[in-house]
Amino acid sequence: MAELTKESSHVAQEESPAPKPSKKPAPKPSEPPAPKPAQELGTPTVIVDNLHIVYKVYGAASDSQKGNAANALMRIVRRQGRPQMKEVHAVKGVSFVARHGEAIGIVGRNGSGKSTLLRAIAGLLPPHKGAVYTDGQPSLLGVNAALMKELTGERNIVLGCYAMGMSPDELREKYDEIVDFSGIGEFVQFPMSTYSSGMGARLRFAISSAKTHDVLLIDEALATGDREFKKRSQKRIKQMRESAGTVFLVAHNLDVIEDTCSRVIWLHKGKIKMDGDPTEVLAAYNKA
Amino acid sequence: MSQPDSAVADAQAGGGAPESLAALAKRHGLRRAIARPTLPAYLRQLWTRRHFILTYATSRNVSKYSESALGQLWQVLTPLLNAAVYWLMFGVILGQSKHIENYPAFLITGVMVFTFTQRTVTGGAKSISSNLSLIRALHFPRASLPLAYAVQELQQLAWSMGVLFLLILLMGMPITWLWLLIPVTLALQLVFNMGVSLLMARVGAFVRDMNQLLPFITRTWLYASGVFYSITERTANLPQVLRWALEFNPAAGYIEFMRDLLIYQRFPERWAWITCVFWAVFALIVGFWYFWRAEERYGRG
Repeated sequence: MAELTKESSHVAQEESPAPKPSKKPAPKPSEPPAPKPAQELGTPTVIVDNLHIVYKVYGAASDSQKGNAANALMRIVRRQGRPQMKEVHAVKGVSFVARHGEAIGIVGRNGSGKSTLLRAIAGLLPPHKGAVYTDGQPSLLGVNAALMKELTGERNIVLGCYAMGMSPDELREKYDEIVDFSGIGEFVQFPMSTYSSGMGARLRFAISSAKTHDVLLIDEALATGDREFKKRSQKRIKQMRESAGTVFLVAHNLDVIEDTCSRVIWLHKGKIKMDGDPTEVLAAYNKA
Repeated sequence: MSQPDSAVADAQAGGGAPESLAALAKRHGLRRAIARPTLPAYLRQLWTRRHFILTYATSRNVSKYSESALGQLWQVLTPLLNAAVYWLMFGVILGQSKHIENYPAFLITGVMVFTFTQRTVTGGAKSISSNLSLIRALHFPRASLPLAYAVQELQQLAWSMGVLFLLILLMGMPITWLWLLIPVTLALQLVFNMGVSLLMARVGAFVRDMNQLLPFITRTWLYASGVFYSITERTANLPQVLRWALEFNPAAGYIEFMRDLLIYQRFPERWAWITCVFWAVFALIVGFWYFWRAEERYGRG
């Protein structure tokens, strides 16, 4: 096990020098005068403007209010409304601008608001205050972004591609590529419920990355893939950046972020603690 | 805290003067992430998803019985058994069949036409809430899902209709030119079902208790729609307004229309035409508009 991780980090280091020169020059010219040369980096794709997200959590009940029918009835009779509504302030005033060709890693402890932020960018959570502006429709790829479990992988590819708005011709063109990329081989004829979690993740990523997205949000969706798939998905993310898309990546595996991202945002308790070059932010994050 | 990135400077500037980020967004033509497409744009998006709607419907039909030993045979067995149960209850035990000639055909026509609508309503109510992960993962016009459920039920109905035609031929009833109108009434009913499915999809997405409540609503509807009895006969003593209401019931309208074509072999009256066309147009417009109004809110939570 130890050997394996070592090897993978070795590969990662071997790989990283190649893209680094290409991504270094991008932020560099913008270093001295801060606000002005922003336009030189590609145009913005996602602007998050002082975003606050407040969740309402129902059912955080005390012992006396446990959910049985009699209590539920009493509540309605007494007109108490729903039991114990609690508000969770998950994202507290986050602002940043993401541009074409950026891959942004988001790190932070469990519960620091990473997934909430991605879901807000995808438009799935309404902002409590502030706003999210996007160019086109962001796609969120989560770890349990299941398609249809009872159907075969083949059917899921067809459905996923059609759902993204492809025509039958485009589908025929992409189909083999998706199967190859996912690397699930003859399992494509089996129902997705028989897949291992890694295989499912591979197929989902293969499908949703078959189309070029302006903004792709990946929430831990690559975590269950094997090493070979990680390499392939990193390559795919790089291609997306080159075709001027923006990729957001939430991962607890910092290697992945270091290898794929051109910028890292560190969220802590719903606020941005640090935002910038991957090596610097990750070094600070590891120390904390 | 070192901040080499220009975006942070942007963000900080935004913190100082909040309108500057909004202005930057406006300058580059970025839109709020939570925005509903206009109705024409939405219809266009939906049209490009027509393959998705069809494939989704077929896939669900295929997967529905894939676990059972008899497999796709259930597509035919389910409507047959349904009709058999109702025939036993209302035809044999309660003796309804003495009043109505061709009672088996009368009953099965009613059951099949009603089931088509009933199952679309039930499926439509679940179409958003049971596909949340699909909705969250991929971006597509959400109306595709309730529409796909309506198409799925149409495919199921095709099997039932086959059984029904066979039965009618076995009972020695003739094939008439009126049969050409069958696609017309099915199309009208499909449009009606789509509308109701869209409406129920939005209700079911936000009112979680709807799925528990629906069986009772549809059963009441079933008993009020003249599936087992003839509305005109049974309601002869009722006040005119109540009779009118019962006959204007969309399910009763589609059932009567189909019975006219298949069993009574007569051209449906103007009243039947008005009912069927009105409900189709009304349901589709209201359902679609109502569903579209909440488009950006599906999948949240």
